Amino acid sequence: MTNIASFARLSHITRSEGDPKVLQSGPSSSGVPDGLARALGWFSLGLGLTELVAPRRITSALGMDGKETLVRVYGAREIASGVLSLSVDKNLGLWSRVAGDSLDIATVLTALRSDNPKRGNVAVALALLLGVTAIDLIDAQASTARHSRAVGRKRSYRDRSGFPRGVQAARGAARDFKTPADLRHAPALAAVSPSTSAA
Amino acid sequence: MRALVWHGKEDIRCDTVSDPEIEDGRDVVIKVTSCAICGSDLHLFHNFIPAMLPGDVMGHETMGEVVETGRGLKNKLKKGDRVVVPFTIVCGECDQCKRGYFSVCQKSNRKKHLADKVFGHTTAGLFGYTHLTGGYPGGQAEYLRVPYADTTVQRVPEGIPDEKLLFLSDIFPTGWQAAVQADIQPTDTVAIWGCGPVGQMTIRSAVLLGAEQVVAIDNIPERLEMAEAGGAITINFDEENVVERLNDLTGGEGPEKCIDCIGMESHVSPSMPDTVYDRAKQILLAESDRPHVLREMIYVCRPGGLISIPGVYGGLVDKIPMGAAMNKGLTFRMGQTHVQRWTADLLRRIEEEQIDPSFVITHEAPLTKGPEMYRTFRDKQDSCIKVVLKP
Repeated sequence: MTNIASFARLSHITRSEGDPKVLQSGPSSSGVPDGLARALGWFSLGLGLTELVAPRRITSALGMDGKETLVRVYGAREIASGVLSLSVDKNLGLWSRVAGDSLDIATVLTALRSDNPKRGNVAVALALLLGVTAIDLIDAQASTARHSRAVGRKRSYRDRSGFPRGVQAARGAARDFKTPADLRHAPALAAVSPSTSAA
Repeated sequence: MRALVWHGKEDIRCDTVSDPEIEDGRDVVIKVTSCAICGSDLHLFHNFIPAMLPGDVMGHETMGEVVETGRGLKNKLKKGDRVVVPFTIVCGECDQCKRGYFSVCQKSNRKKHLADKVFGHTTAGLFGYTHLTGGYPGGQAEYLRVPYADTTVQRVPEGIPDEKLLFLSDIFPTGWQAAVQADIQPTDTVAIWGCGPVGQMTIRSAVLLGAEQVVAIDNIPERLEMAEAGGAITINFDEENVVERLNDLTGGEGPEKCIDCIGMESHVSPSMPDTVYDRAKQILLAESDRPHVLREMIYVCRPGGLISIPGVYGGLVDKIPMGAAMNKGLTFRMGQTHVQRWTADLLRRIEEEQIDPSFVITHEAPLTKGPEMYRTFRDKQDSCIKVVLKP
C-alpha cells in the first residue's frame, strides 16, 4: 500500500473530485493467512538483508566463526522466500520458508556443542527458530487450504453449450456476418488449392 | 451506496462510498441491476496493472436502469431506460470513434496526459480500471455514473433477463471481435488458448462464424467440459503436448488462426520452463507480463496465418520469437474491444436465439459477497468460471 501510494504521489495521479469516496470500509478479500504471509515476507526480507550485510555478527553471536559465507547464502535464500511470500505465489514462499527453517535448525544444531562458549545464545536461537517454524508451518497449511482449487463442489458443465438450438444448428449460423474491410485477411489456402485444406 | 473497492494487492472490500452525481450534460447515472467480475479484474486484484489508487471502485461489466440524466444528452436516453454499459467510454465524435475504433477514442480518457506518456498516445477511458485509462469509478456498485452516456451505452429491451444481456458489456463482444478480426473462413482451424469466460465466448463466436474446427486449450477440467459442450475439440495441456496435438489436428500444417484469450498471466508450470523464467523475471520486476501463449502461438501457427489477441497485456514481454513471426509472415491483430461496434448486431443474435451468453454463469451472489467471490473466481474454487453480482 505504501509503495502504491508513493508511486501515485510521484506520478501525480489523483482521483477526480466527483468520484465516490470511501465512507466506511467493509471486510477484505484478504484473510488472516494472507496478512500473516505478508508479515512473514517482510520478516524474511529483513532477516535476509541482515544475514547478507552483517554475517559476522550472527556467526560470532552463535560461536560459528568461519561460517560467514554460509550465512550470506542463507540470507539470499531468505530474501527469495520473502519476495515469494509477498507475491501472489505466497504458498510457494511460505513452504520455502518452512524448508529454509529446517535448514536453519540443522545448521544451528551443529553449534550446540559443549565446547561452544556461546551455547546459551545457540539455545535461544534454536527456541526462536522452532517458534518461527511453527508459525510458518501453520500459515503455510492455512494459506494452502484457503486458496486450494479443491474447495467447493466439482460440477459438470457438459450441458452448457450456450446455443439454444444446439451446437450443430449453431455451426455457421452467423455466416450472414460480413467481415468489415479493415479486418479481412488473406484468402484461405483451401480457396486457391483444395489439396492444402486442413486435414 | 455500496461498492467493491480496490485497496491494494488481493485486497478488495465492499465499502460504503459516496453516491455518484451528474457531472456533465452527457452523463447519466444508472442503478445497477447486475454486474460481473471479469478475468481482467484479476490483473488489478494481483496488482499487475500500474496506476491504481486505494479507494478506486472496481468493475467494468455492468447493466442497469437510468435514474438520472444530464441536460446535454444527444439522443433520447431517458430515466427508466434499461441499458448495458460497455466497458469502453466513447465520445462518438472523434476520428477514431467515427471509424469504429471505439477502444482508442481520443476524447474519453480524462487522464490523457498519463496515457500519452505511457502508451505514446491516449486510448479510451475505461470503467473500473487503471488511471492510465481515466480511473473512472467502476460498476461493481449500486450506482454508476456513465460519462458520454448517449454514445457509450446500449439500450436493451425489457423481457430478456439480465443474465442474457449483461455480457454485451464486455466478454461477448470481446470474444466476438477476437473471432471476427481472425477473419474466420469455412476451412479454418481456429485454436483458442484459455477457456475462461472470454475464451468460452470466443469458442462460441468461432463456431457461429463457421470455422471448420475450433480447438480449445486449457488445463481446468470443468472449463474444458464447457468448451467441449460449445463445440470445441479440447486439449488439456497438463496431459498433452499442445504443439503436437495441434499439428495432428491440422495434418501437420498448424492452425490458420490462433487466438490468445489468456494475456499477461499465463499458467506457470515447471513442465513449461519458459513460464518459470517469466514468473521469476516478473517477481524481480524485470518483465511485467508472461507471454508463454504468444510464443506457443507464433511457433505453431500456419505460415501466413493470423494471431488474434483479446487477452490483456499490460506492459513489457520478453523472448518473443519475432524471427519466426516475421519469416512465417504472420498477421497480428489485437486490442481492447471496440464494444459499441458489435453490440447492436450481437443483441439481435441473442434475441434470435443464435446464442444465450448466460451459459457461462456459474455463480451468482449479492454484491456484499464480492470480496469473497473475487477469491473464489481467482482460485477457481467450487468450479467457478463466471461470477455475476447483484447489488
